Amino acid sequence: MLAVNLSELLDGPIPGVEEALDLIAGFDDALVHGLGRLGEDRAAALSALAGALAAGPLGVRAGEAAEKIAAGSVAAEHLSVLAGGRAALFGAVHDALLDRLDAALGRTRAPWEASPSADSPVADNLLAGCRSWLHELAIAGWRGVDHDLVSAADQTIEALLAAPDLRRTAVLLDGLAAELRASCPTATMERLPARRWADLWARALLLSQPGAPAGTPQPAATVSGRLLVLGVDVHEHGTAVQIQVHAVLEPADGGTARLVRASVAAPKVDTIVGPALWRLLQWHPVLLGALAEHRGLNITDLPLLDSGDLVWHDDHAEAGEPADPFATARVLLGGALAPAVPPLDRHPVRISEPVLVEGYTATADGGAVTFDLGGRSLAVDVERLPTCGPLTPELVAASTACIGLVRWDGGGWALQPLAVQATVKRKPVTAHNGDWALGPTDPKVVKAEAKAGDSVAVLRERAGRLLRR
Amino acid sequence: MNAESSAWERRSAVRVVPPVRPRKLAKVPFVELADGRLQGVVSSGSDIERVYVSSFTAGTHSYSCSTNNNRPCGALPSGSSPCKHLHALAAEAVLQYGVDRVARYLRVDLDDGASSGADLVGGMNGQVERAPAATVFSRFLRHLNYLEIPDTTTPIPEMHWFPALGAVR
Repeated sequence: MLAVNLSELLDGPIPGVEEALDLIAGFDDALVHGLGRLGEDRAAALSALAGALAAGPLGVRAGEAAEKIAAGSVAAEHLSVLAGGRAALFGAVHDALLDRLDAALGRTRAPWEASPSADSPVADNLLAGCRSWLHELAIAGWRGVDHDLVSAADQTIEALLAAPDLRRTAVLLDGLAAELRASCPTATMERLPARRWADLWARALLLSQPGAPAGTPQPAATVSGRLLVLGVDVHEHGTAVQIQVHAVLEPADGGTARLVRASVAAPKVDTIVGPALWRLLQWHPVLLGALAEHRGLNITDLPLLDSGDLVWHDDHAEAGEPADPFATARVLLGGALAPAVPPLDRHPVRISEPVLVEGYTATADGGAVTFDLGGRSLAVDVERLPTCGPLTPELVAASTACIGLVRWDGGGWALQPLAVQATVKRKPVTAHNGDWALGPTDPKVVKAEAKAGDSVAVLRERAGRLLRR
Repeated sequence: MNAESSAWERRSAVRVVPPVRPRKLAKVPFVELADGRLQGVVSSGSDIERVYVSSFTAGTHSYSCSTNNNRPCGALPSGSSPCKHLHALAAEAVLQYGVDRVARYLRVDLDDGASSGADLVGGMNGQVERAPAATVFSRFLRHLNYLEIPDTTTPIPEMHWFPALGAVR
């Protein structure tokens, strides 16, 4: 990303976005206080949301849902329609933001083509359990959540986790329930993550509709070729971790290079943190080796979803030649084709476009870091540096080149660093999020890890002894 | 409400649960602040097959320690002071959550400068009161069960709401 790209990205507000977000905020506020007792203002906020959808396919049903809920009758179908309406508004916001970003970066994106959705049998009783819990939450409102209401989801979540097809729903509900539990009693919370919890609630409700959810990623092709890693993004809550590797695929058949991702997600517990997280992903040694050793990968017949996600099989990949992610970013990122976004995934939180930024002046002010690029300033999200890697806010502030993901949240753009080239004590230093994928390389961290013991091994030993009795 | 918290309320990817700090898990594999108690599981020092379920109750500060089969801990006759398992539980909870969060949950008034599990136990003056071990033990088993669930390489887009955030450095 050059100064000219940044300046185009930040060039004034995007028409309609603020208005859409205000409508969403009105709905989110109704959910804070509960749909069971809407006042006049909040009933008006629901009608306003429905009004914005009037010209679309959800229009009539959304209007009816808002009216019925205002009259005090909160039926399951009404909630689903409003959750869908909220998602549709956010989908439009997502598209506007991504269009702006693509235009600013000069990035070409593949058009969305619906793949036939595989009809897999779904455990409808489990999904009904999810919907009914989400229904109770909506009626009580976030302010009305107590321990009993949170615990009511325990059994459903446990059963969801055991069903591989429903992992998305399981991981999402588990994360939401843990936050609600930690926040009880919510009535006295000073500030409440209204946008976030409404996001999670609405997505969960859409994922738990009867039948297979439409608009989720489907297999589109199998691909072979050379995979060159740009960096790795790490996601984590108390009981789940996911790594998402961003890479450029050079197809073996010589087609256009394309941006792809490969993900591994593993269940965990809250006491497994820091570099130990990588040990939960150890069944994918070829992928982890490529991250730690900065190597390319040769892949053969890997399924590629229509979302641009490779479904990783470690035995379909082998380690290739050394490949510097900064070189990949300099040479290949500009011309790579970006993937389309499946309909259900269209939410601004998912925007995570890899970019290379250089030629900036980094400024640290208090805890915040910004990159000044040709007079425009780009916020750097230095909170978003995982504890399982070597990047620190200090290193980012001392950097001269950065591979990162452009993200958008709370009304603004920010850069999430994945790798930096920096100068520390007049020596060049390079650090990538994935450097410790095969174990930490910093002697201080190695020592601390050795002292703390292997948390994963300790808990697996306890599980082996106590679980199978 | 100030502008900062209203901006926070309009963000999608924010931290809600305070981060847990790393600690050694060998002695006390499980600690939680739940059900109105600081409760957890302490591995027996002598028998590798045995674990103790120990807890302090918020407010009353009554405490309990028994094996997972509900046999009372031998070191805890009524009227005595907390056993070593309870001390270990308090010490590890302080490492995991920080002394302030544990004290706030248990409603213990601590002197300025209190920092250890011993300070926390010293700040409480409760009695032995048997709490059911089975519930806590089954929550521990549920906790362990997470490590038995296979990983997946199908992407979970919802995890974008849960960024890995740096520790409080």
